[in-house]
Amino acid sequence: MWQNHTEMKILVDSAQFISATCPACGLLCDDVLLNYDAPITIKNGCKKSQVFFKQDTLSVSPTLSGLTCDLNTAVKAASEILRKSNQALFAGLGTEVQGMRSIIALAKKTGATLDHMHSEATARNTLTLQNSGWQTTTLTEVKNRADLILAIGTDIVSSHPRFFEQLVWNNDSLFNKPSPEVIYIAASGNTDAGVSPAGKAPRILEAKAPDLPLIMSALNALAQNKLLKTEQIAGISIDSLQSVLSRIKASKYTLVVWSTAGLAFAHAELTVQSITQLIATLNESSRVAGLPLNSGDGDSSVNNTSTWLSGYPTRNRFNPQQRGGEFTYDAYHFSTQQQLNTCDALLWISSFNAHSPPTINAPTIVIGHPNIKFTQTPDVFIPIGIPGLDHAGTMFRMDSSVALPLKKIRDLGLPTLSMVLREIESLVT
Amino acid sequence: MITLLKNGKLYDPANNKDGVVQDIYIRDGRIIAKPSLAEKISHSFDLTGKVVMAGAIDMHSHIGGGKINIARMMLPEFQESRRYSEPEAHICSPNCIHHATPNATETGFRYIEMGYTAAFEPAIMPANARQAHLEMADTPMIDKGGYAMLGNDDFFMRMLASGRDQKAINDYVAWTLHATQAIGIKVVNPGGISAFKFNQRKLDLDENHRFYQISARDILKSLSRAVYDLGIAKPLHVHCNNLGAAGNFETTLNTINAADGLPMHLTHIQFHSYGTEGDRKFSSAAAEIAQAINQHKNISVDVGQILFGQTVTASGDSMVQQLNAKHANPKKSVIMDIECDAGCGVVPFKYRDQNFVNALQWAIGLEIFLSVTDPWRIFLTTDHPNGAPFTSYPHLIRLLMDKSFRNEAFAKLNLDAQAMSNLKSLEREYSLYEIAIMTRAGPAKLIGMHDRGHLGVGAGADIAVYNEQSDREAMFSEPVYVFKDGELVVKAGKVIKVTWGATYTAKPEYDLSIEQDLKQYFDRYHTVQLANFKIDAAEISQDGRGSIIVSKRN
Repeated sequence: MWQNHTEMKILVDSAQFISATCPACGLLCDDVLLNYDAPITIKNGCKKSQVFFKQDTLSVSPTLSGLTCDLNTAVKAASEILRKSNQALFAGLGTEVQGMRSIIALAKKTGATLDHMHSEATARNTLTLQNSGWQTTTLTEVKNRADLILAIGTDIVSSHPRFFEQLVWNNDSLFNKPSPEVIYIAASGNTDAGVSPAGKAPRILEAKAPDLPLIMSALNALAQNKLLKTEQIAGISIDSLQSVLSRIKASKYTLVVWSTAGLAFAHAELTVQSITQLIATLNESSRVAGLPLNSGDGDSSVNNTSTWLSGYPTRNRFNPQQRGGEFTYDAYHFSTQQQLNTCDALLWISSFNAHSPPTINAPTIVIGHPNIKFTQTPDVFIPIGIPGLDHAGTMFRMDSSVALPLKKIRDLGLPTLSMVLREIESLVT
Repeated sequence: MITLLKNGKLYDPANNKDGVVQDIYIRDGRIIAKPSLAEKISHSFDLTGKVVMAGAIDMHSHIGGGKINIARMMLPEFQESRRYSEPEAHICSPNCIHHATPNATETGFRYIEMGYTAAFEPAIMPANARQAHLEMADTPMIDKGGYAMLGNDDFFMRMLASGRDQKAINDYVAWTLHATQAIGIKVVNPGGISAFKFNQRKLDLDENHRFYQISARDILKSLSRAVYDLGIAKPLHVHCNNLGAAGNFETTLNTINAADGLPMHLTHIQFHSYGTEGDRKFSSAAAEIAQAINQHKNISVDVGQILFGQTVTASGDSMVQQLNAKHANPKKSVIMDIECDAGCGVVPFKYRDQNFVNALQWAIGLEIFLSVTDPWRIFLTTDHPNGAPFTSYPHLIRLLMDKSFRNEAFAKLNLDAQAMSNLKSLEREYSLYEIAIMTRAGPAKLIGMHDRGHLGVGAGADIAVYNEQSDREAMFSEPVYVFKDGELVVKAGKVIKVTWGATYTAKPEYDLSIEQDLKQYFDRYHTVQLANFKIDAAEISQDGRGSIIVSKRN
């Protein structure tokens, strides 16, 4: 089995602090130290990692229409549902690389449509990537080079708690850069994290997220030396926007951070494109790089794995009939929202968090976190282990360049997603 | 269990066999001497009249790792256009498949279906090595491996700039091979990727990096020495400075001189063989480059031939790709700075036969193929997918083996480009024996796969069998049989059994104390722990499919 090697090393050491990789957010901090003897203590943890590593999971069994059953019975029932379905939807997909490998394998057997639970936000980035591309960077570059952080529509730390602690307010950097300056545009939440350890406050250009299309267009126009016949845009003075641009041009390496989760308005992909276009323009003479924040639940891992295995990120489908079996892709029609209307079976997967499945009339299988609560009793529920806690795995960081091993920390005897899916797969055929 | 391949015509240059009719016996995945009469033959294949070669080895093909996955994600439209039918295709035959970004499964299948049994990812960024191995692990049928990129990473740059001795550099290079599970070392635009992060837009061989004040030449000398001293087979894999720039042949010639007699492999040499003659200040310097290669026996090259049609260029060379992004077709690109380690640039590209520059690039690649005399030192590549998808190899082989086919194609090109090339005057046609050197025996020797690339006793039974046909493209597009480790896996050009190849690595000895420096560096500057940066061999082998082979220099 793929996890044995790492597991053995860890369990033997359990009396002392062990290092762990935390999958609770896209930063994937691997400097977390755990002492798993009760009470659990954590060093280098953040709010999210405390919750993740200290979580209690309910001791639950698989169920069939709400009634307790053994794993084999549940697996058989799940495979029956999938065997009878012509157009299953595999949604949620909260998992890591190894789990996604098994999901793709099962999709190839059953001809399913795949969509990750955070695709609505991810697609705003993917559509931009597919329309114009972008210029981005990764966390170690940020830590050592960025002397200006421009956060657009996000406070960063609500979703990625140690961002400033780890990457901005670090004392050591390779090129002796000054302590970075921080500018927020239309950020809500905790902008205190942008106050430097020396007490320097960030610049905050206040606005509402839905005004970002206007603000970004104005910044692009100014970056291309166009005159704007107004004195303010969405309450921000043109002078302020000009000074942001001047500051970027004076910087050696500007980091532009955005979060599509916060851009919940129609055609927000155009705003992302506006951000990436600004980065491209400024890169003609300066160095500026983007960093899209991810939404979590293994989105980076799932989309990367899906892409090398099927050619596409999620919102893809395996068509057994087409040219001997191949994947297709549709960023709109293959969304969970659209497919819920037409699919004839739902497989909901959520292993990191207890996210509940959407309600639907079709037969439903849920494989996921033991604590998932249901508003509608699924036909089959199989509780599984949490990657990075109950079993080992492999996870992509938010910047998609770095993948790290997840460790097994505890043993509650829960099966892994891959084990369950392999069993189902063997019965589907 | 013994398998007999009877009466095949062997092209096996490592054993000096040029069309010799001979039987091959296979047991437990290996070629064995003729067994005694008492031993039973379980399977027998009559190969009378058929051409038999070792499985082919692609020594430079971007099959794994972040760049191609970015390309796939950015270009979903590529997945749907598997057969190319636009005007540029008039040079291609129906066998040409122009799919630049196949998924991992398709990659393995398309390779084995052409008789290729191994491919090497030439640009594994150490920080991204885990992804590269994950993707390669999901690539069925073929053996694989990769070259780790150094020479733009800040740990190395700091070592060199601070005057650390060669021994320390050697230890770091060896450590990198171990940590990334790679078989070779590559340097891309030496110093240039790093310099671009400091907003430097150009770096020539003897130009200094703005921050570190060391030159590309310093980097090349240090890395080629390290690779040589460590005793690994694969010479330093060099993507020269100034890729694609008119007049860059001088940089290339200077790089050959900078090797100073040490082994050095210059990759996708076609992209580095451009002069500045003519009205458009873009010309072929293939003759000068070929002459230098012929003279310097320490130098080997692969060509990086371009073929016409839609593809995508995926390179570690962020500095050059930033400039190329304005030629992107379709108009989109990804440029990244990565982990104080390296960078990448992914730019889709359409090579057109009526475009002067593209047509001349096509001719330059072929001029180099035909002008380099020693087939052991030149390798058949398209720098997949940068010059063309690897699936166009059969077409490329025909261009090399069939002068009239080549000249007919040439006559259809942009007329100004035709006027700038001496291709028609090159009479050479590659023989089957030379093709076998260039695609089998040569790469196996270069990389250090001692039991591959040949058909002698003891070799791993990776064997491709072709119907002899005068249309070499048709011939190499569809082998009659392919055996992988002795098993019949392809029949009539289609996979009949799925297998999973091994991963080739090099693990030279070194002084482990280098890890103390690295630990400090990682703790202070990096964002992952040193222990997690390293890839354990078990990560590759413990799924029950993968395995690791450690290669040694003979």
